[in-house]
Amino acid sequence: MEIWYKVVELVIPFDWAKADHMFFMKNALLAIILVSFIFGILSTMIVNNRMAFFSDALGHGAFTGVVIGGILGFVRPIWSAVVFSIIFSLGITLVKNKSKISRDTIIGVFSSVAIALGIFLSTLGGRSFTKLNAFLVGDILSIKPSEIGLLFLVLIAMIVLWSLLFNKLLVVSVNQSLASSRGLNTFWIEVIFTTAIAVIVTISMSWIGLLVINSLLILPAAAARNITSNVRQYHVVTILISMVSGVGGLILSYYIETATGATIVLILSIFFFITFALRGKTC
Amino acid sequence: MIENKHKENCEKNCCGLCCTKIENIGVIYGRNTILRDVNIHIHCGELTALIGPNGAGKSTLLKALLGEIKHTGELKFLDAKGIHTGHPTIGYVPQSLNFDAGSPTSVLDLFMACRSSFPAWLYTPKKILKDVEESLERVKVAHLIKRRLGALSGGEMQRVLLALALDPVPDLLLLDEPVSGVDQNGMELFYKTVSDIREAYDLSIILVSHDFDIISRYADRVVLLNGTVLYSGSPSEVYKDESFSKTFGMRAGGA
Repeated sequence: MEIWYKVVELVIPFDWAKADHMFFMKNALLAIILVSFIFGILSTMIVNNRMAFFSDALGHGAFTGVVIGGILGFVRPIWSAVVFSIIFSLGITLVKNKSKISRDTIIGVFSSVAIALGIFLSTLGGRSFTKLNAFLVGDILSIKPSEIGLLFLVLIAMIVLWSLLFNKLLVVSVNQSLASSRGLNTFWIEVIFTTAIAVIVTISMSWIGLLVINSLLILPAAAARNITSNVRQYHVVTILISMVSGVGGLILSYYIETATGATIVLILSIFFFITFALRGKTC
Repeated sequence: MIENKHKENCEKNCCGLCCTKIENIGVIYGRNTILRDVNIHIHCGELTALIGPNGAGKSTLLKALLGEIKHTGELKFLDAKGIHTGHPTIGYVPQSLNFDAGSPTSVLDLFMACRSSFPAWLYTPKKILKDVEESLERVKVAHLIKRRLGALSGGEMQRVLLALALDPVPDLLLLDEPVSGVDQNGMELFYKTVSDIREAYDLSIILVSHDFDIISRYADRVVLLNGTVLYSGSPSEVYKDESFSKTFGMRAGGA
């Protein structure tokens, strides 16, 4: 972390970047760079595979997981939430593949059950819901160096996963039958991808906030799609938009004293509308 | 060369033995039997047209052959010596891609994703680029390599998908109403290409189509499907058969 603090001190011109104070801000800056990079990568295929609603539901599942973890008395409810989210996402994928009910409906059902169960359990016995607000809005400024280490590992795992899985995901997103004809097991590819989303959404939830986390998974790629025409451009632009918005949102939220997650999302939405206006100028 | 696998075999041995066998395929969805006892025998180099009314199970049969849905029965490929060579390599050209036209995926990306495990988002090695160009050239669409999938016309898209289905050259090529919604010109071009390729690589082809004109011009055999195989024979004979007029009713005379 020392190296990082030095870099920030040298590169960033703001007051808080000066040496030996405001460590929380510097931590948050590094965290947001990592998070926005990871979310940018995931974003490309969530949008391509039309999984916007699915990733939203995963956030709800993660929330319920946190509540259950709290009740069972875990010190770090985040891990129980990860487990619950994975089970939740597997549940959706299984039911979707085993029945002919449309995907929206299944996700809608699971999502409602999760959020209702979460609120029900957290208010059981007349307890107050307010302590869970942190998960709804998120607080990136509270992130600890050890948690940043975790994010770093997640990023590396993500890049490895993407190197192995991306091509297959792309074929599946173009056409399922085409993927089967190339000998791909579409079910397992889907399971691995949704599990990755589940883990990452859950881990990031307490810093980004349940209410805005899905925007970070949708908006970067949605904006990039407007102005790109191949997979490589798509990745570069998505990740750039994600990171610029992340860092910009964090710094802006510090000066105008707003919630970081929401500020980032607003910047992302500006990107979306700008690229939307530019649309059609590429082939 | 893999491309000439069938050819060589046919020259050395009796071609009659190089074939694809569809044996006793059955598909059940819940309580509905979609397909039962489907038996089709296709010789290499033969184009078999699969016809039948809507809901006859044509697309279901293709999905079963692709292994996408659960089915009973077997798909076997036998080479010229009659030795069971297992599951055939299948090339598949879908009906029309139910695909988001806004997706930033180029033709090259699609090929790379299908035929190589090298991540398409990183960069394209020269070798892969060259191979893809060759594949596309096979159906005369090499100029489309950089084009976004959503920016292709219907006819261009189907030719790109055909090029993809032929890379690697399959034992069995499945065409599921490959040119529905493509203009006359594009359609002619597509079938001309299929015809050339069939001769060049001695492929077994199954074509699902409603276009009786195309079938009578290009198909060697017609299989009439409605839950099971009702009739199998040459295109000129199938129209005279009772099962055909029964299945299609009025259309039998004028189509």
